[in-house]
Amino acid sequence: MKSIIYLIIGTFFGIVMYKSEAASWFRIYEMFNFQSIHMYGLMGSALVVGIIGVQYIKRNKIKDVHANPIIITDKEKSFPRYLIGGIFFGLGWALAGACPGPMFVLAGAGYFPILVVILGAVLGTWVYGLLKDRLPH
Amino acid sequence: MQWILEPWPWYISGPLIALTMFMLLYVGKSFGMSSNLRTLCTLCGADKTSDFFKFDWKSQRWNLLVMTGAVIGGFVASNYLSDDQVPNLNPTTVAQLQATGFESAGSAYAPAELFAEEALSDPKTLAILLIGGMLVGFGARYAGGCTSGHSISGISNLQLPSLIATMGFFIGGLLMIHLIFPLIF
Repeated sequence: MKSIIYLIIGTFFGIVMYKSEAASWFRIYEMFNFQSIHMYGLMGSALVVGIIGVQYIKRNKIKDVHANPIIITDKEKSFPRYLIGGIFFGLGWALAGACPGPMFVLAGAGYFPILVVILGAVLGTWVYGLLKDRLPH
Repeated sequence: MQWILEPWPWYISGPLIALTMFMLLYVGKSFGMSSNLRTLCTLCGADKTSDFFKFDWKSQRWNLLVMTGAVIGGFVASNYLSDDQVPNLNPTTVAQLQATGFESAGSAYAPAELFAEEALSDPKTLAILLIGGMLVGFGARYAGGCTSGHSISGISNLQLPSLIATMGFFIGGLLMIHLIFPLIF
């Protein structure tokens, strides 16, 4: 029964990604050319609601469905991994026009060449796992 | 109900992305799609090659279900909630793309030059898709998250690392579009 909840949340997310065009390669290209407010408005409005909601959760110690406090784990403090890793991610995001959520949305929408992107993303993750200890973090 | 079939404006979709994060927080989980790529590696046997992949993948089963839902969502949205949706791009963007060989700009959801099935028989296109995917996978794990985990969840939680990662995402994206695209397209 619990599995259904995750499927429903995922389906909702997939529909939003498709209908908002965050899954469109063209929108990513347009964003990096600063030619539309669309993607900035999308992320900006998600953040306005996100920041207010998360602060509300923290101040009021809101509990989740299992009555456990909602905790968002802080990322470990560091600089190089976020900047360098982020740059690698951005290069791929602009080239493939899809980040790890939308690539699965596009697979569902029937753009089968996206499966090559997904295969690449799994391979890239594997390469990171192999090189992890030799990379600056 | 006609509005559902239209493209959804950013000021509706953005808050709905935040809602996705809140739904996951409410069921005791977190919003982060790229973690699934690591789980997929483990399922493919990568745990035999690096300790990074040695973890109980079943603890991530919920996220694989969210990922599966995203596939279903893409199917439902494109087949039942859209009337051949085409992004209403800036005319400058369309002209710029058409001049670089993306003739489907302005008339398709995703570029046919990369995502039509014929594109798979072109080695250059295959390389672009594979390398693009690899950079996303490598970068997401190196940075410890992607657009969902860092740019939405992390910044909502006012975490400095997530802001740095998001700045990295934009530096990488700008480098790709403005310096590398002219060399490949």
